[in-house]
Order: sequence, then C-alpha cells, then structure tokens
Amino acid sequence: MSDMQTGTPALKQGFAEMFKGGVIMDVVTAEQARIAEAAGATAVMALERVPADIRVDGGVARMSDPKMIKEIIAAVSIPVMAKVRIGHLVEAQILQALGVDFIDESEVLTPADDQFHILKSDFKVPFVCGAKNLGEALRRVGEGASMIRTKGEAGTGNVVEAVRHARTVLGEIRAVQARPAEELMTVARDLQAPYELVKYVHAHGKLPVVNFAAGGVATPADAALMMALGLDGVFVGSGIFKSDNPERRAQAIVKAVTHYQNPEVLAEISEDLGAPMTGINIDDLIPAERLATRGW
Amino acid sequence: MLAPRPRVGVLALQGAFREHRARLEALGAEVTEVRLPGDLAGLSGLVLPGGESTTMARLMGEFGLWAPLRDFHAAGGHLWGTCAGAILLAREVQGAPPQFGHQDSLALLNVTVQRNAFGRQIDSFTTDLQVQGLDAPLPAVFIRAPAFARVGEGVTVLATHQGQVVAAQQGRVLATAFHPELTGDLRLHELFLNSLRRLETA
Repeated sequence: MSDMQTGTPALKQGFAEMFKGGVIMDVVTAEQARIAEAAGATAVMALERVPADIRVDGGVARMSDPKMIKEIIAAVSIPVMAKVRIGHLVEAQILQALGVDFIDESEVLTPADDQFHILKSDFKVPFVCGAKNLGEALRRVGEGASMIRTKGEAGTGNVVEAVRHARTVLGEIRAVQARPAEELMTVARDLQAPYELVKYVHAHGKLPVVNFAAGGVATPADAALMMALGLDGVFVGSGIFKSDNPERRAQAIVKAVTHYQNPEVLAEISEDLGAPMTGINIDDLIPAERLATRGW
Repeated sequence: MLAPRPRVGVLALQGAFREHRARLEALGAEVTEVRLPGDLAGLSGLVLPGGESTTMARLMGEFGLWAPLRDFHAAGGHLWGTCAGAILLAREVQGAPPQFGHQDSLALLNVTVQRNAFGRQIDSFTTDLQVQGLDAPLPAVFIRAPAFARVGEGVTVLATHQGQVVAAQQGRVLATAFHPELTGDLRLHELFLNSLRRLETA
C-alpha cells in the first residue's frame, strides 16, 4: 500500500509512550540485559560502563562497541537503546544502522560538540535527551527528541538532582500555563525555546513528549518518588548493578513504578533488598565532575 | 431510554493505559485502572493496553492477576488487547525472550501471535487499515507490532495488512496489533463499548 509511512514524529513519540510506567535499565553485558528483561524492564540501555564506573575511570567515554550492542540485541526481546555523545551525529548513524530502537544523546558520555546537539529529526530512529529545565527540554524537542529525561547526577546514587530537575521542569510548565497568550513570545525568548513549543505547553500543560526520570535513582522508593512528582517512567543506571543484589533490586524498582501510589505495596517490596549502591555526596563533586551541566 | 454507562477497566501495570482511559471516558464510560485483582470488581470490560508484553506478563504474575483475568472472562467480561495487550490474550506467543523461549499469556484467543512481526522500531509504520465492521479505513499505528501468524477455530479475522492478520475477534475477546489509542479516531473504542452496552441491556 502506498499510504504507509515510517519514521514519522507520531511513530517515534508513540513508541516513547509505550515505555510509560516502566523502567529502562543500563546494562553493559548480554547477561545483565537478560537479568533486566527477566526483572521486567521495558527496555535496556546498552553502554560500555555504567555511569558510576565512568566517573571512577575518567577518560573519554564514547559510544559502545557495535559487537556488544549486537550481542545485547540478540539476548533480549525487549527494545534496546544505546548512548551517543552529545553532537556526535556519526555515532548516531552507526547505532541506527545497527537497528538500535532508541538513541540517548547523553551527557553521561564525554560531549563531542560543545555548542550543538544532533539534528534528531534527520533520523528514523527516535532519540531521548536529558534536560535540567523547560527551555533545555523544549530545545531538544525542537531538534526532534521524542522523549525527555531529567539529567539528575548520574552514577552518584543520589536522587536530589533528578528531583530538582523534575520540579524545575514541572514548575516552569505551570508558570507558562499561567501566562496570558500575548506574553508567550517573551516567555520563549527568556526560556530560549521554540515559540510553537511554548504555545503547546501553554495549551496542554505538559511537554509534547514523555518525560522520564534519570540520574541517581537507587531504591524502589526513589523510583516511586519520581513517579509521584509527575514523571512518566524511570531510567536506572548504576543503582542496580552497583548494589548487592541486582536481580531483586531490579524487580523491586519495576514494581515500585507500577504501584507508586500504594505505600503498602512499596513497604513490602522495599524489604530486605541488600545494600544499595554506596553513593556519592554531590556537594563533594568538583564542578568538572558534574555531568548534568553538560548540554547547551 | 438512556444508554447505560459501561464500567470498564484498563490494565494499568505499564504502557499506554492513560490514552485508553481518556478515549473511553470521552465516549461516556466509567473507567477504573486495574493493578490488583480486587480492582476488577464490578467491571464489564477490560482493555489491555500497548506497552511491553514481557513487563506486563511479569507484573501479572507478581500481583496474582492471571487467574482473576481468566475468571473475569469466564464470568462474561469483555476483553480488548492492543499490541502488547493482544500478545497477552493469545494462546501461543512466538518471539518470546530468548532466555526463556516461552512467554506466559491468558490463552483466551485461539491464535498464535508473532511478536515484532514487522521488525524493529525503524520498521514501525502508520497506514490506513480496512477493518471489518467499519465503513471507512481506520488510521492505524503499528509500533514494533505483532501479527497473528496462526488463526484457529472460532476466531474471526477483522483486518489484514500485507497478508498478515492484525485484528481478530473470538466471542468477547477482541485483539488489535496496532494502537487505536494513539489516534483521534474513536471508532474501535466505540465498537468495544457498544458490545458492553448490549451485554448490560440484555
């Protein structure tokens, strides 16, 4: 039939909608991917090192080896995501050629471009990007991102920055809604965001795409907190495979996202999970070690 | 006489349950989100949304929903699965997680469903689909969509695309491989609610 269309914004955003109420887990091996799938992850994020290890190791963090990504694709039936450096359009082309289902243009990797992000509307594969505030989120959507996540402070096991970003984005959305229509062009100027998208936020009271939590989620209660604040789902990285019992913790976080409004269920699933990842006090990080400040 | 207001559940473990809820409410239904077996009380229909079928199947096991959903059907409840929801209704699932080689399902629809029958996300597509019972084509969104590779006895095929069966019905069970909840076209939701209204006035 001639009316078939692929790679449209509706298809990319519709796919992102399917992850709602779910948990996307970072994995670095096919074995971890199998654990994530068995625990009920809605997708896995294939990367070479989880953010906590990237912090420890230092050096330049890049797109993963295609061989490892192919092994992970073969190991699970759920969608596979993978990360590219900010602005690295060729890494993104490679991931698209590999058949990756979603690309994360991520500040967790070392940025390749200190001024510009990828023009994501050029790609058939959908993208997720991090944001700390509404202007940043709408710039990424303007470039074609189909999903937004908070940046948090990845690899710290400390949820405070993810909470800050979620409250900032959601608070700024409410502030835009409260403005009269004739002020929206000025709002767009102040937010450094596309006018048409500011008008969308004003009319609908939400981002044009789904909005997930990421960065520092370490416990089922952390995941439920992000849902309670009004986000659509959760990414978990180091928080699972840097804890004592990854299988049980992963399962508990999946259940916590579904039952975030039910404290009885949360109490039950939070019990006896073993030690969470140790965590880092974000105040102790020197500015150069902060990942969330990457992105422009 | 006023048509009764159907009481419908939407399985809300994960996925696009809010979209189904909004469309059913727009058509006058009273909607309950179903996460635990007790949430099924008093409902005459249940929608199983799109999302990740492996995630939903796992949570259905963890929270003891398999038997209550089969009982709900046996007691006269109507079920409609879209995409992942359709996989959960099928008798057999192909393309299960490689590590298990098997995926649990409700087995209320006598079909074999093939997961990701049209490919990965870059192969996802939209098209206008001719559906039996609707006079004009329906805009249909296929996202990593399944198809019904085998259609068994008692199952009526409602739509096909490129030779693959993508909508089917067996008694009170309806299954669509695509996502009507992602478009503004409410005709399938209306069809589902009308079948419940007939049930309640019968």
